[in-house]
Amino acid sequence: MPSSQAVSSPRPVSDRLAKRASRHVKERIIEAILFASAAISVFVTLGIVYVLLKESMVFFSQVSIVDFLTDTQWTPLFDDAHFGIMVLLSGTAVSSFVALLVAIPLGTIIAIYLSEFATSHIREIAKPILEVLSGIPTVVFGFFALLFVTPILQWFLPELPGFSLLSAGIVMGIMIVPIISSISEDAMRAVPMALREGSYAMGATRLQTALRVVFPAAISGIAAAYILGIARAVGETMILAIAAGMQPNLVWNPMEPAATITSFIVQVALGDLPHGSVGYNTIFAAGLTLMLFTLVFNMFGFWLQRRYRERY
Amino acid sequence: MTSKSSAEVALIRINIARRKRWDLLFGLLGILALATGLLTIASLFVDMLIGGWERLHPDFFTNFPSRRAAQAGILSAWVGSVLVMIVTATVAVPLGVAAGIWLEEYAPKHWITDVIEINISNLAGVPSIIYGLLALGLFVYTFGLGQSVQTAGLTLALLILPVVIVATREAIRAIPQMIREAAYALGATQWQAVKDHIVPYSLPGILTGVILGLSRAIGETAPIITIGALTFIAFLPPPPIMEAAPYVNFDWLQAPFTVMPIQIFNWTSRPDSAFQQNAAAAGAILVAMTLTMNALAIWLRYRLRKNIKW
Repeated sequence: MPSSQAVSSPRPVSDRLAKRASRHVKERIIEAILFASAAISVFVTLGIVYVLLKESMVFFSQVSIVDFLTDTQWTPLFDDAHFGIMVLLSGTAVSSFVALLVAIPLGTIIAIYLSEFATSHIREIAKPILEVLSGIPTVVFGFFALLFVTPILQWFLPELPGFSLLSAGIVMGIMIVPIISSISEDAMRAVPMALREGSYAMGATRLQTALRVVFPAAISGIAAAYILGIARAVGETMILAIAAGMQPNLVWNPMEPAATITSFIVQVALGDLPHGSVGYNTIFAAGLTLMLFTLVFNMFGFWLQRRYRERY
Repeated sequence: MTSKSSAEVALIRINIARRKRWDLLFGLLGILALATGLLTIASLFVDMLIGGWERLHPDFFTNFPSRRAAQAGILSAWVGSVLVMIVTATVAVPLGVAAGIWLEEYAPKHWITDVIEINISNLAGVPSIIYGLLALGLFVYTFGLGQSVQTAGLTLALLILPVVIVATREAIRAIPQMIREAAYALGATQWQAVKDHIVPYSLPGILTGVILGLSRAIGETAPIITIGALTFIAFLPPPPIMEAAPYVNFDWLQAPFTVMPIQIFNWTSRPDSAFQQNAAAAGAILVAMTLTMNALAIWLRYRLRKNIKW
């Protein structure tokens, strides 16, 4: 009988109430701590934006934006300094293009194969292997590109220099294959079975079903995979820093060495430029450019990825 | 129904046979594409092993880097990597798990939750070198943490935070609602249910994510170069454990350092091929480490799927 107990000895009740109150406070404090941990990620983003904008402002107070966007030379460390981001962008664009030429066919074929052709047994083995491929440190891929892939390519292309966007791009492409294949495969497996059954009922083969029914139905998810792959290629650093050389060149030929946005940042960070100098600030302007590009690609990719999920 | 002449039937048969051949051909193409991936891993690893075989010797692990390639080792690099990983894990694991718990168990349907979720998926796509710039601007020059073990550890912790958060959320999402209801029915508070049930049951999944995150962090080069880590370190940070009281020493947090990937990068970029041998040996060790960590994570995930049936 709780009421008779309360009358005979009121203390336990108030103790219990007190305990409940302290319990409540403790719960709130814990929830606040957990929330703070989750909120830290927002501060990381704000921190990135703050640092990039702050240092870039210093840079753009010394270099005009028009020069930055239109100049065709990039020589920030020379006396006659030019800051044409086009030069670095061309290196990034060419190497990413080569990477995609490798990664899109390979990744798409693997995705179609795993989703429509392979037995579940093969899938169980293949997926972890692909995961491992994307987990290999990029510095090792860089070494591999420079000292394994380049000599092999020079067999076929004797005029290929020791550093080139081509060999860096090819290795980068192989690194990106797992990203493209796993996202595309998810998209294709999300296509309802009924569509495949309809196709088979009409007498289509597996390949016809895969290419004419499943692939078109999953196209927005596959496009998302390609775009996220581009974002990854644009942000890749070490393979390019090692195997593509670091000379800023306005090139459209993958057979030449060139610097990219990312490898330029590495190059400056390796030297010891004083904090606050223009040369130091350029890496933040370059970083801001890189951030804007990857942000656009990522946002577009996520948006596409979400869209295909809603369709069915 | 028009009956088909035998010529038409033969044509259809040929057509079917051709279609089946294409099917087979594509199956082979798929296997070939998969084999390219496998072949890359194999040739990369074998290339490293062959290239660095002569240098893979116990001395290699106990020698400092040197100007003479044959005497150079990775002592300062692997010690640096271990110390940086300790900082990274200490920061990223509690933060990531707490954030994952909040998002799955506490988060209200609210715009703040949406902002945090979108933000985390965006952070996962930010190139690692951008984290290096963040650390350079914020940790090195604003907070004055120096180009030290603590800066590198914190930077990599932020980098792998999304990995840990996503793994935690997936592990928690797999726990059925009835577990929580049973805990509440026995009078547990929300935190008691989380701490005594949700966290222990999701631990293997969280561990998988943590291992994958650390295996990514241990191979990261770009952000660490960006904060200005030195490439030639011929001494060790002060030891964390002392013989006399107070027994522990945190001076190593502020020490300059180098890590395995930076050592590899440094050796790779030298023209002398003797150093490239060193790079190959160190690369083989690094790849073996990440492969082991990946295999461990995959094995954990596999066991987890097999053992737990709610």
